[in-house]
Amino acid sequence: MNQAADVINLTIPAKPEFVSVVRLASSGIANRMGYNFDDIEDIKVAISEACTNVVSHAYKNHNMGKINIKIECTDCSLIITVIDHGDSFDIEDAVKKMKPLDPSKSLNQVGEGGLGLFLIDSLMDEVTICNDSGGIVKMIKFLNRDGVERRADKVSQTTDRTAKTHFSLSKES
Amino acid sequence: MKVMIEQRRSADQSFRVSVEGEIDIYTAPSLKEKLIPLTERSGRMVTLDLSRTAYIDSTALGVIIAALKSAEKNHCSFSVEGMTAHVKRLFQITGLMELLHRQKMTEGDHK
Repeated sequence: MNQAADVINLTIPAKPEFVSVVRLASSGIANRMGYNFDDIEDIKVAISEACTNVVSHAYKNHNMGKINIKIECTDCSLIITVIDHGDSFDIEDAVKKMKPLDPSKSLNQVGEGGLGLFLIDSLMDEVTICNDSGGIVKMIKFLNRDGVERRADKVSQTTDRTAKTHFSLSKES
Repeated sequence: MKVMIEQRRSADQSFRVSVEGEIDIYTAPSLKEKLIPLTERSGRMVTLDLSRTAYIDSTALGVIIAALKSAEKNHCSFSVEGMTAHVKRLFQITGLMELLHRQKMTEGDHK
């Protein structure tokens, strides 16, 4: 029953001004797939955090870095992979730091950064981080039942849709 | 994408910083540049108004944490207003909400 995923590839320079471009693209794609408002916001934050990490950390020693973003739309999920070819990083250390602010600490002990990966992990359904000649963050957001229904509603109003959406419709009925 | 910051001096020591648009890695530095100096004089009350902010992420949270720290160090009050549901959620997930509340409570103690 599995339909081949639609794949969108984006390559941007690892510069702050291009992160919003990726965010906008992900928002448009998620909206088209029928994600609800909250899920779209989550996806926007997660993809921005992944790109922000690359911009801030991956290419410290050279300024010609690029970020590859692969967005796969399956019938039940959005799979986003953010890849850089920059400096390697300590995954264990990064994962260890993946936690919320500690309210028992005094303010001057609280760091101003490091919340990015934690947010990605909190907002997405499945997250894989690996460090293979650069960094790879893969994250999945599932299209929930509510989302599928909304999407079916939208499809019934328009005829110009892909085969994939029809598949979800037949699944509904 | 544009971040506009109004600095309205309603009373002597009270400042309101309204952010319109998106706060991300590109725009956060300019917000920080304008916000932090406001919290560097004792006795000030600085409010960050996010009601017209369309998007924030960890870069914005970093600026807010920096402002909280600076306010505490310089004996100012700093608060955040006009959070949308999604912004509130990010504040809650990261524990920033608790930090903001705690700051408010400590201020209350001093009064």
